[in-house]
Amino acid sequence: MSVLVYLETTESLVRTASLPAVTAARALAQHRPGALVGVIIGAGVTAAAQDAARYVDKVLVYDAPSLQAPLAETYAPVLAEALKAAGADALVACATSTGKDVLPRVAALVDAGMASDISGVEGTATFKRLTYAGNAVSTVQVASPTVIVSVRQTAFEAAAPGASAGAVVAGVVPALNALGAQFVALHASKSERPDLAEASIVVSGGRGMKSSENFKILEQLTDQLGGALGASRAAADSGMVANDLQVGQTGKVVAPKLYIAVAISGAIQHLAGMKNSKVIVAINKDAEAPIFQVADYGLVAEWEKAIPALMAELKK
Amino acid sequence: MKILVPCKRVPNPEQKLKFAGTGLDLSNPGWQVNPFDEYAVEAALRLTEKGKGGERSGEVVLVAIGPKDASQQIRGLLAMGADRAILVDGQDEALDANAVAQILKAVVAAEKPDAVIMGKQTVDGDSNQVGQLLAGYLGWPQATFLASLTLAADGKSALATREVDAGVEEKRVPLPAVLTVDLRIIGKKAVHNEALVAATAEWEEGPRYAALKGIMAAKKKEIKELTAAALGATPQVLVKTQGHTAPAGRKAGVKVASVEELVAKLRNEAKVI
Repeated sequence: MSVLVYLETTESLVRTASLPAVTAARALAQHRPGALVGVIIGAGVTAAAQDAARYVDKVLVYDAPSLQAPLAETYAPVLAEALKAAGADALVACATSTGKDVLPRVAALVDAGMASDISGVEGTATFKRLTYAGNAVSTVQVASPTVIVSVRQTAFEAAAPGASAGAVVAGVVPALNALGAQFVALHASKSERPDLAEASIVVSGGRGMKSSENFKILEQLTDQLGGALGASRAAADSGMVANDLQVGQTGKVVAPKLYIAVAISGAIQHLAGMKNSKVIVAINKDAEAPIFQVADYGLVAEWEKAIPALMAELKK
Repeated sequence: MKILVPCKRVPNPEQKLKFAGTGLDLSNPGWQVNPFDEYAVEAALRLTEKGKGGERSGEVVLVAIGPKDASQQIRGLLAMGADRAILVDGQDEALDANAVAQILKAVVAAEKPDAVIMGKQTVDGDSNQVGQLLAGYLGWPQATFLASLTLAADGKSALATREVDAGVEEKRVPLPAVLTVDLRIIGKKAVHNEALVAATAEWEEGPRYAALKGIMAAKKKEIKELTAAALGATPQVLVKTQGHTAPAGRKAGVKVASVEELVAKLRNEAKVI
């Protein structure tokens, strides 16, 4: 039986957020005989199919105007159909907002057990995943004949293309019923900065920033470093920044090569989202703040003084 | 409007997790309601009252799966204003997301709510599956990770804004539906029932506190104890947890005395800039 990997797409490419899922799917395919089959879904995704084919033995394309928006109600039955068409008994996808929304619904449709947000592949159906805000590593075994996993993006390298491109095969779109659900609009966050989950440098601010006005200086530092801006839950909760900047157990999980935490105390749920960063810098006026326990470099200082000084020093 | 709110108790997330062999030591976990479930209760209450502190119109039914002593946490939610509760006998370690969804499906069949509103994930298992599984099993539409929710005046559909990677998505679903909430749902103006309040209606930020009157009233509210079998459910566990270990710790590094020293370390020692 094959391993099926769901690849999200941009206009003409596989979304980079999906490439760690390819790596995880390749690891799973090592434990299971059979091919690695990709699946892409959307309206007008022919160009993206060519890109997807570079990563897998074969790519199934479900292309229909009614699949323009990623509605769980329509995408889940298409993925269930793709499992059959691919002769696959495993489905892998990244734990993006779409992956989180759609995959469990597929699990219900095909009576499969699902391991969420895995950080390691241990065997044919055994996985490691972080639980309790990253404070426990749990080993789970999926006992159903079909296995579904969502993949923690930061736990696997982005896959490189294979030696040769796979075949592109049109899938037969099943009769779709959105159950009355309608996609109304997407209000995209406009940002010139790299994606938070993929950036190599992340600068995050916490409650101690006090206002959205004060976040502007962190934006300047972020742009100077070419990084992405993040925030603690406390900062997102109080409306200082948009919630999609939230780093933590219930926000984004990041693992950049440099994470700079400014005026963040370091609550457990925040640490869960950033403690696998390669190098962590903490700037906080409270020398006892828990963030210093995970920081490689700690600077006890008020951000009001430290950030302008840091920006000046970085220019030297 | 009848809303079913599944809720779960979780170990206090601020407390250090204790290990016992390959298991967890949950002898003194400081049980509390999963924060996202508390937000779901708040959202359900706002949908069933005529503005802040206003008259109730509709019913909020809680459902939990757990041992008898989970009723302690349920009482707290009844004190917030939920009307009644169902406690299905179960042990956490003997359940997975699939089994929970199958039990909830049976509760939905018995209660026939207009909507199921629940937290997007629990902060212990961190699976983020049950709402979507339940919607799949019921064949209902779903709207997950909600930042806001507006119930149409005719009570037949809901307009949701969802937090997604690319920004904020608006999705409309007919009822009945499964709705899972993210943290923005407790904002002052995040939830509206057009049949009961104007679009400008505001509540206090956050889940409401239980007043003394609510606490007294909660003592008299029904917590119906049931079993999965009595509900006609035969829940299947499809994901087995084999064990837990502590993650590799991260050692505290050094404190630097100045911004100059910090930049020098980042450039010459860590070589990350």
